[in-house]
Amino acid sequence: MMRVRAIVVRIIRQFFRDKRTLALMIVAPMFVLLLMNLVFNGEEYQPTIAVSKKTPDVVVEKLTKYDADVKKLTEATARKQLEKQQIDAFMEMDEGTPKITLEGSDPTVNKAVLMTVQKALQELVPQTRSLQWKTTYLHGSEDMALFDNFGPVLIGFFVFFFVFLIAGVSFLRERTSGTLERLLSTPLKRWEIVAGYIVGFGLFTTLQASLIAWFAVDILDMMMEGSFVYVLLITFLLAMTALTLGMLLSAFANNELQMMQFIPLVVIPQVFFSGLFNLDTMAEWLRSLSVVMPLTYGADALREIMVRGNGWNEIAKDVYVLLGFAILFMILNVVALKKYRKL
Amino acid sequence: MPEKPCIRLEHVTKRFGKKTVVEDVSLDVHKGEIFGLLGPSGAGKTTIVKMIAGIDEATSGTIHVLNKKMPDLHVMERIGFMAQSDALYGELTAFENLQFFASIYGLKGKKQRERIDDVMNLVNLTDDMKKPVHQYSGGMKRRLSLAISLLHEPEVLLLDEPTVGIDPVLRQAIWEELERIRQNGTTIVVTTHVMDEAEKCQRLAMIRDGRLIAVGSPDELKKETNSETIEQAFLYFGGAR
Repeated sequence: MMRVRAIVVRIIRQFFRDKRTLALMIVAPMFVLLLMNLVFNGEEYQPTIAVSKKTPDVVVEKLTKYDADVKKLTEATARKQLEKQQIDAFMEMDEGTPKITLEGSDPTVNKAVLMTVQKALQELVPQTRSLQWKTTYLHGSEDMALFDNFGPVLIGFFVFFFVFLIAGVSFLRERTSGTLERLLSTPLKRWEIVAGYIVGFGLFTTLQASLIAWFAVDILDMMMEGSFVYVLLITFLLAMTALTLGMLLSAFANNELQMMQFIPLVVIPQVFFSGLFNLDTMAEWLRSLSVVMPLTYGADALREIMVRGNGWNEIAKDVYVLLGFAILFMILNVVALKKYRKL
Repeated sequence: MPEKPCIRLEHVTKRFGKKTVVEDVSLDVHKGEIFGLLGPSGAGKTTIVKMIAGIDEATSGTIHVLNKKMPDLHVMERIGFMAQSDALYGELTAFENLQFFASIYGLKGKKQRERIDDVMNLVNLTDDMKKPVHQYSGGMKRRLSLAISLLHEPEVLLLDEPTVGIDPVLRQAIWEELERIRQNGTTIVVTTHVMDEAEKCQRLAMIRDGRLIAVGSPDELKKETNSETIEQAFLYFGGAR
């Protein structure tokens, strides 16, 4: 009994010595729950539907009644706005039959649009006549599964997550095992250490990303409209960002467990904000948080490529932002190593 | 000795925040001697060695190694450093570890292979070259660590507790090895808290609570204090202050 008690006391003491782990065990689950709550308790998605100028006002009225944001646009403007995802669908009258074109890359949005249209038309058309309309998709199709929509995000996420963790832990080991100190007792320059890690991991992650993307596209049959090379470029940049961020944060961890503690703080929030869930239903100020999250840009670019089949012009901005993140973190790493050696 | 000292510390003080770890230490280490830093753990020996190695910088005072003010990347190329922890990559084999560090010092090709064979021969590990390091015993890791610090034929060798946790037979062997390295002209600074090891150094510095309490050859220190052993001498110097 005494020995057991001694162990219990020791364990409790250890817990209170490590205040961070203690705080995290309590705060982290609350934090994740909060995020879940914010994301899933958002209001019902309100689709934005454009209608052609000739559409009778009564249709607009009914659509609005069923929670749609309705805009009257010419066909040309509507097409442009569809392309930019400013509107979700465009409805026009084709010889008395309504014709709907959906943007199509998010199945949840598609469903919301079709529901609204169905409800609206049902009220307009006498019950006896059968309800008919034509639907076309700009991207994707009726068969597009939810998975196709968030698949690209998941690819980005997995690359980010694993590289972050592995890079963080391996750099942490370098610190704790004393090998970093030994490296710094050689004429090796600080930036050379960072560069070595980037190149080493760069090679490894290119392989990793290729395999994941190949698996998703060829084995899981994920939608793949664009170029595989672009997918590799984006995953590579995401990996570089994850690597440099992981290395940087490993400076604030004393052991592997503390490195793990960064997962709910750094990685999971990015999942929620990266477009896995529709952010349009989230409060504006909360949505703006996604600006500082690398995964947002990676996921956006991957979706542009894989779902919408777009090329360089559409992903250029994401590429530059990711590159910016990676370079910023690299510089911070070189500076952070000063803690170990001034030169 | 008429020659310029190989390592010279002048009024070196090191503080971490408010805590003073090394206070006003001045000493010279001559070329081709084994110089011992003797003191209990926590006395500041490691900090002094790290400052000589150029990893840490003194808060005040200056350190010159081979006539250059430290820290200096070019001088660091001529220093071999063996830390208290083994600092090896456990997943890699001994050979891969050696290869890695040799490459960092710019050794390549045939020369690299030669140096690796030489140092492994020196520490008697040639047969275990291809073993992953995590299968090594504690003593083997220490010896491999020593081998790595000798790879680039340094002029100055800094060893932080090289024999800690090593059995007496092996300890004897390592000291014999150090003596041989010294005879080749290398200057060696070694920290230890084992008093009888101190006897094997040409000269000694006794350190307590970050202060230098005595410097001299083991015989001088014993004679000065009328002691039979270094331990008694240490106690005398420690108590006198």
